[in-house]
Amino acid sequence: MLRLPPFRYHRPATVAQAIEVMGEHAGDAMFVAGGTDLIPNMKHRLFEPGHLVALKGIEELRGVRIDDGHLRIGAAETISHVASNPEVLNRFPALADAAGHIAGPQLRNSGTIGGNLCLDTRCTYYNQTAFWREALGYCLKKDGDVCHVIRVGKKCVAAHSADTPPVLMTLDAVATLVGPDGQRSVPVRDFFVADGIVNSRRAPDEIVTELRIPLASAERKQAYAKLRVRKSIDFPLLTVAIAADLDGDGTVRSIEGVVTALGSRPHVLTGWGDVAVGRRLDDQVVDELAERAHKQCHPLENMIVDHEWRRAMVPVYVRRALEKLGAA
Amino acid sequence: MSNNGRKIKSDWNLIGTPMRKVEGLDKSTGRALYTDDLVFPGMLHGKILRSPHPHARIVSIDTSSAEALDGVHGVVTGQDMPTTYGIIPWTPDEYPLCVDRVRYVGDGVAAVAAVDEDTALRALELIEVEYEELPAFFDPFEALEADGSTPYVHEPKKADWNGNVTKKVHLEFGEVDELMDGSDAVVEGEYFFEGSTHTAIEPHCAIGLWQAGGGFQRQDGESSGKLTVWSATQVPHYLHRELARVLEVDQAHVRVLQPLVGGAFGGKSEPFDLEFCVAKLSMITGRPVKILYTREEVFYAHRGRHPFHMKYRTGATAAGKLTSVDAEIVLDGGAYASFGLVTTYYAGQLLCAPYEMPAYRFDSTRVYTNKPACGPKRGHGSVQPRFAFEVQIDKLSERLDLDPIEFRRLNFIGSNTRTINELRVTSNGFMECLESVERESAWKDRFRKLPFGCGLGVAGSTYITGTNYPIYPNDMPQSGVQMQVDRSGRVAVFSGASEIGQGCDSMVAYIAAEELGVPLDYVRVLRGDTDFTPVDLGAYSSRVTFMVGNAAIDAARKLRGMVQEAVAEEWDVKPGEVLLAGGLALWAPDTERQMHVKEAFNLAEAKFGTLGSTGSYNTPKDVHGEYRGATIGASPAYSFTAHVAEVEVDVETGIVDVKKIWVAHDCGRALNPVLVEGQMEGSAYMGFGEALMEEQVFKDAEHGRAGLHDAPSLLDYRIPTSLDTPELQSLIVESIDPEGPYGAKEAGEGPLHPSIPAIANAIYDAVGVRMDRLPFSPPNVWRALEAAREADTLRKPILNPGAGAPTSTPELVPGD
Repeated sequence: MLRLPPFRYHRPATVAQAIEVMGEHAGDAMFVAGGTDLIPNMKHRLFEPGHLVALKGIEELRGVRIDDGHLRIGAAETISHVASNPEVLNRFPALADAAGHIAGPQLRNSGTIGGNLCLDTRCTYYNQTAFWREALGYCLKKDGDVCHVIRVGKKCVAAHSADTPPVLMTLDAVATLVGPDGQRSVPVRDFFVADGIVNSRRAPDEIVTELRIPLASAERKQAYAKLRVRKSIDFPLLTVAIAADLDGDGTVRSIEGVVTALGSRPHVLTGWGDVAVGRRLDDQVVDELAERAHKQCHPLENMIVDHEWRRAMVPVYVRRALEKLGAA
Repeated sequence: MSNNGRKIKSDWNLIGTPMRKVEGLDKSTGRALYTDDLVFPGMLHGKILRSPHPHARIVSIDTSSAEALDGVHGVVTGQDMPTTYGIIPWTPDEYPLCVDRVRYVGDGVAAVAAVDEDTALRALELIEVEYEELPAFFDPFEALEADGSTPYVHEPKKADWNGNVTKKVHLEFGEVDELMDGSDAVVEGEYFFEGSTHTAIEPHCAIGLWQAGGGFQRQDGESSGKLTVWSATQVPHYLHRELARVLEVDQAHVRVLQPLVGGAFGGKSEPFDLEFCVAKLSMITGRPVKILYTREEVFYAHRGRHPFHMKYRTGATAAGKLTSVDAEIVLDGGAYASFGLVTTYYAGQLLCAPYEMPAYRFDSTRVYTNKPACGPKRGHGSVQPRFAFEVQIDKLSERLDLDPIEFRRLNFIGSNTRTINELRVTSNGFMECLESVERESAWKDRFRKLPFGCGLGVAGSTYITGTNYPIYPNDMPQSGVQMQVDRSGRVAVFSGASEIGQGCDSMVAYIAAEELGVPLDYVRVLRGDTDFTPVDLGAYSSRVTFMVGNAAIDAARKLRGMVQEAVAEEWDVKPGEVLLAGGLALWAPDTERQMHVKEAFNLAEAKFGTLGSTGSYNTPKDVHGEYRGATIGASPAYSFTAHVAEVEVDVETGIVDVKKIWVAHDCGRALNPVLVEGQMEGSAYMGFGEALMEEQVFKDAEHGRAGLHDAPSLLDYRIPTSLDTPELQSLIVESIDPEGPYGAKEAGEGPLHPSIPAIANAIYDAVGVRMDRLPFSPPNVWRALEAAREADTLRKPILNPGAGAPTSTPELVPGD
């Protein structure tokens, strides 16, 4: 079995305490919630913090409730709870669908929705043991100076591989972050940056405390589709999240599609409004939307599964998600 | 007769009925002890430093800093064990740790024993190895063409030989070319079977304990000690021999114990570096030393399925009789020989049933490359050619407008016969296997008749029930069992068989209970210890039920005879009239006359003294030809299998959904149908996984670094989850083998073979696309579908029985 590097484990009772502990060990500490991403990464020596600050025991990070026109999900709620929560299931079925597609049951029982938002980017040259990476000669994201995917330049293209953020984006979800300088709100749409090394705007000493989804978003038709080889466990090879406001006769008022597991952040498909607004989602429109998506999506060889196939699956999965949405 | 899981009328009380596994409760409650569960006072933990280079000369190794680290008790390098070993005595090409050259990324270079794993890992970082990198071979065809201008993977045995060749085999039976030329139809195909590994749930683990002194003498007379090794191995006996030889300890002073093993599938059927390292490190430190592989190390240790590059030409008459088969096979062996000599033969030798072949030729070459060594995996050496051949038959059937099941029936080789390569076949239930899957899958109503995208495919196969000869030549029995009974009625069975989860401890217990009439829980199986269990050669080649089972019957019947005699004397009846059953001794003519079996044993002990017996089994020697290589592939009995697979192909994505596999298997007799079904389902599952997703592959120079394992983890090396697994229906066929224990043959490996070609043939039935390369992963299938769309051949194939076969000159169908 792979060994963990030694670290000290802190169990603060409140967010304020967690931030204080983090401050005491600045630069040598990381937050951990479910640990399903961080712990394997530590075993691979991708992170070797001297201190882990646990968030899962903090009561104020728990709970799913309706308040002030929003569904508020505590960031330390497990993926299982999110997937099975009646409010989520009724109002935001695409979110429940995406959460239910994460990993396998045991990992969903441990992993959290906040952790899924903060999932480290993944790459075939990165998510490997210390021995393997030494034999490789390391990579740009960790310990090296070459990207083996694109082989030129200094840009890390490790893939954003989380299932729920694309859905959260289409639902206009907002993340609450708390740090030493106080609290701020960041729309999930703006949470990510195009840098595979660190792909979010969250500072290392900030905690995602909550996700808020406007109840108005529940009026949207939603769909989620995930491409993977196995029916469980696998990270996405491609995900498509779509939400649309439709008139009573099916005419599109607005539509948004987000695709991920391609580059370092989820990609908001552009030009969809131009195609679909004012029209119904008939075969013609669906094909045009799929074609737009296909043109915009260029999977890289950052995963071991054939990138040309992944690209070819973009329009297929967009079409299937749209069909699901139409049937919803 | 087929029982389809129902109890059939039987002469036996227990045999043939569903029974628990004797260790089942321990395993399901977590009480069972595996090697890593064992902890000894003062035990150290070892780690192995591995090569980051695919091919390099070791210039120097400096272990001084590691040795100086607090908590480190011992460090060894290749120089400490400079003796080669190898499971096949003719190809010893491995050192416990590399001495002067590393041959793949992951090859062992040095090992450390320390107070804990973390200290051992820190010590590894302090070992300085200077390497001189060498050009490496990754492609078997490039390795074959090597001219010696760069170092071969191994030094050639003769100056003008290519050191990259492990073994070449060329065998020819009958008039291959003449019969091929005279065929009404010839199908030619090129196939590739990707490598795959075993993924046993338990990683390799070993503990070494050296006890110095104690009056143990070395062979050279020098005072020495006693070496004990616990290991998760399939072959304690071979490990016993190799430990003694390599470490220069008298074999009588080496003890190998095999705790319960968490699966093996061929991946633990030879010695590995960790077993030598724990032993040597214990000899140096005087303390027990444990090494447990990481999952990554299991991928490097490998010994899994060889990638096979195969070309087949298969001819038939217009009436659908096979005429001639011509095969050319290149095996990508990886860095060491392992079982490769046998694999090279098996690649050709095991194809000659269940169909009659008037002529057969194969040319098989195993090549070394700088990758982890390939070896035996469930269905050793014969799963790959079986895939190719069963697809060839499907193509031939179509060309001749014959139903592929009918084609197979037409060519059935029969029972009590010899194959073209002179292997003796006795019992053969293949026709019943075909009939079972045909009936249960409603084949006649559905083949070629399901909607586009849905399909059925059939395939058949055969497999050995044990190899007829041991790995090192000797005339001693292949298997031995010892039994004793005590005054409580308890039966102790000392069995050398290797329990790797397949149920061999249970199997000998069932036999003891059946023969001696005791309840099953009166039997205690003492196992896996070379100090006190008789030799069994190991859990490989599906030999255990047949060979150990016969040895157990032999031992039990000797004891039973004594008990019958003693009871007969007491009752003044004939010994043959005394039955032992249900915990009782009974008089057959009047079963009211009875006594507890314990009393019967006591009577026997009073008459004969302490009760014990030994039993053994050795193979018949007249079951093969006389040509060079004739013994490889020879077996006392062969199992037969047929599968029908049903698939649904998503033509947009290439995702193949295998909905169901009907698995009919002739196991001779199902001693315990539950365990037989478990083996059948497990085999079909494993074949299905290889068919759809498994790939032991490596990066190339354009992708990171050549020779680096693509994904040595169970996240990225995908095996099917329970959600992916199709419905599996087991259909047991019992041909009652004349020489098997109660008629039993094997069930552990044979039922894997047809999964893969049955799925390939079903994909063709679904969409008209041939998948001649494994795996049928979504990207690979999608590419094949795209090519068919381009060529406008993507459609449901048409069945046109009776349309008449070509009678003109044979027409080659290139790329068919």
